[in-house]
Amino acid sequence: MKPLLLTEFEKMRDQNLMELTAAHSAGRKVVGTYCLYTPAELIVAAGAIPVSLCGTRQAPISAAEKYLPRNLCPLIKSSFGSAVTDTCPYFYFTDLLVAETTCDGKKKMYEILGKIKPLHLMQLPQTQEGEDSFHYWYREVVRFKSRLEEELGTTISYSGLKSAVQLLNEERQALADLQDVCKHIPSPISGVDLLAVLHLRNFFIDKREAILMLNRLTAELRDMCSAGSSPFRPDAPRILLTGVPVGTGSDKVIRIIEESGGSVVCLESCSAYKKVAPVDESLEPLTAIAKKYLLTPCSCMSPNNGRLELVARLAGEFAVDGIIDLTWQACHTYNLESFTLQQGLQKHHDLPFLQIETDYSEGDSEQLRVRIEAFLEML
Amino acid sequence: MQLGIDLGSRTIKVVVVKDGVLIDHAVAESGFEPHVQSRELIARFTPSRIIATGYGRHMAHKHFADEVITEIKAHALGARHFFPECRTILDVGGQDSKVIALTQEGRVATFQMNDKCAAGTGRFLEMMAATLGFFLDEFGAAAAQSDQDVPINSMCAVFAESEVISLKNRGVPVQDIARAIHISVVDRLAGMLQKVGYVDQVIFTGGVANNFFVVEALARKLGVSVLVPSIPTITGALGAALHTGGKCQAGI
Repeated sequence: MKPLLLTEFEKMRDQNLMELTAAHSAGRKVVGTYCLYTPAELIVAAGAIPVSLCGTRQAPISAAEKYLPRNLCPLIKSSFGSAVTDTCPYFYFTDLLVAETTCDGKKKMYEILGKIKPLHLMQLPQTQEGEDSFHYWYREVVRFKSRLEEELGTTISYSGLKSAVQLLNEERQALADLQDVCKHIPSPISGVDLLAVLHLRNFFIDKREAILMLNRLTAELRDMCSAGSSPFRPDAPRILLTGVPVGTGSDKVIRIIEESGGSVVCLESCSAYKKVAPVDESLEPLTAIAKKYLLTPCSCMSPNNGRLELVARLAGEFAVDGIIDLTWQACHTYNLESFTLQQGLQKHHDLPFLQIETDYSEGDSEQLRVRIEAFLEML
Repeated sequence: MQLGIDLGSRTIKVVVVKDGVLIDHAVAESGFEPHVQSRELIARFTPSRIIATGYGRHMAHKHFADEVITEIKAHALGARHFFPECRTILDVGGQDSKVIALTQEGRVATFQMNDKCAAGTGRFLEMMAATLGFFLDEFGAAAAQSDQDVPINSMCAVFAESEVISLKNRGVPVQDIARAIHISVVDRLAGMLQKVGYVDQVIFTGGVANNFFVVEALARKLGVSVLVPSIPTITGALGAALHTGGKCQAGI
C-alpha cells in the first residue's frame, strides 16, 4: 500500500546524478552543503547548484576514524568518511563546500575537511537572542555572498535573490504540505517512506522538478486518505520523532518503531519539519534570509526555546501519542537538551517521552527494540 | 493453563499458571541454541497458550510462542502478582538492568534501562567474582566479611577489571575488593532508581536479587525497604504467563 510515486522518487536518484554530471560538464558550479543553516537562496541566486552531501551511512565511518576520534558523533564521522573515501558522488562534483560553526565536533572536523576542498565556514553566533547576534550573523551572510561571487565569478543581483527566495519558499511549502498529510488518522505513508522522500529531495538538481514531484506525491497521498488507504491501522500509536538529523541509512530507530507497530507521523528534524519555516518575502532579502536561518531551532543554540515550541505545537497538530527524542552518541548538545525538552514539554502535554541514544550501527537493534516496544506498550 | 517463557541472556525461565495461580516453573541455561533448549523445557507441559518475553521473544514467536510481550511489561505483571500494591521494580539480569515505575493501577508509567554497558548487571558481578576467584553464589558473603571502604572508580566493566587487578597487586584483601565491587554496582542501581523516582518500597527481581549483600546495601543506601520475591529470577516468565492478551502486536 505504498504510494506509486515513491518509485519515481527512487528513480530520480540516478537521474539526478546524471543531471549533475551533465550540468557540471556544461560548466555549472556545484556548492556542497551539510546543514540547515546554509542559506541556499544565495547559492541558487549565484546560478550554482546546491547539493546536500552524504553523511547518513555507516560504511565510511571506519575510514573516518583514521583521522577523527572514535567517540565522535556518527554524523560527523560519516560526512567526513564519505569525503575522504570519495564515495559521495556529490562531494566529487562540488566546487565549494559551505559549512557552519554549529557544534564543536563539526567545526573542528571542517578544519580538516577544508584541506581536501575549498571550504567556506560561516561563523554562527551561539544564541539567537539580541540585536548583536543578528548583526553578527547578517555580516556572515553578506560575507558568504561575497565569497560565492568571488569563487563562482558572478554577481548576485537583488532580483535574482528575490526570485531565489520565492523558489525556495515554494519548495518549503511543498515540503510542509507533504508532511501535513500525515495529520490524517491513520497516516497514509510510513515514516520510513516519508524520510526516504525527504532524503531524496536533497539531491534534486532542478528545484522546479522537485516541487512538482512533491506536490504530485501530496495529491496522491490525499487521495489515499480519502480512499481510506494506509499502511497503518487507525489505532496504531502515533509517534513524533525529534532530535538529531536523520536520513536514509540512519533511519534505524524509525524502522524499529514502525516494525513494532508504531506510526511515525511527524519528524521534527533538519530535513523534515525544522526546514519548512519560510523566508519573509516582504523584507529586504538579505535581512529576511539572515532572520530566517538564525531562527533554526538547533541544539547548538543556547537557549534553544524554539525547538520546545515547535515540538509542543507539532505534537498537538499531529495528534501524537508519544514523543521519541533521538540522540546520536557523543552529540552533547542534543543529549543534554533532552532533559530540558522533556521538562518543558510536561508543561504543554502529558505525553510519554523516550530518549534514545544510539549510532548508525545495527549492534544495539535488539536492545532498542525492547525499549521501543515497551514504550509503545505504555501508550 | 498458560505458559510464560522468558528467554534471557544467561538463562531461560518457564512458568505455568492456571487460573491465576503459579503451578510450576523450570529454569535452564540459554546455551548455544536457545530455541532448542526452550522446546525441551516446554515439552514437559501442555499449555493452551504460550507467551514469550526476554531478548529471545521474537525468535520464540517464530518457533512456538503465540504472543510476545516486552520484559518491561512482563516484570510489571509478575511483580504485581507477588506484591499487588508495588509501584517500583528493579530488575537486574545477566545483560541489562532496568527500573520500572508503575501507576497505582499497575500500568507502566515510565522505565529506564541500562543495556549498553555491563556495569551494574549480573554479568559484571560474574566477571568480577571470577577475577577474584569466587563462585558467584559466595561472592555476596565474601563482600559481607569486609567493612573497609575501598573506592572503585571505573564504571566500565573492562576498566574496572584492570582496577581490580591493580588493587589485588597492591595487597588489598579480596574481601575488601569484593565489597567495593558490590558497592559500585549498588551506587549505579541507586542512581537509576533516583532518576526514575521510587515510592515507599522497591521490588527487586532478576538473578542479582539472589545476592543478599546487594539487596541489603541498596536498602541502606535508599532508605526504603527492598523486597525480593521468593524466586526472583522467574518474575518475567510469570508476568508473561499471567498476560491476558488484548493488544495486537503490529499496527502495520
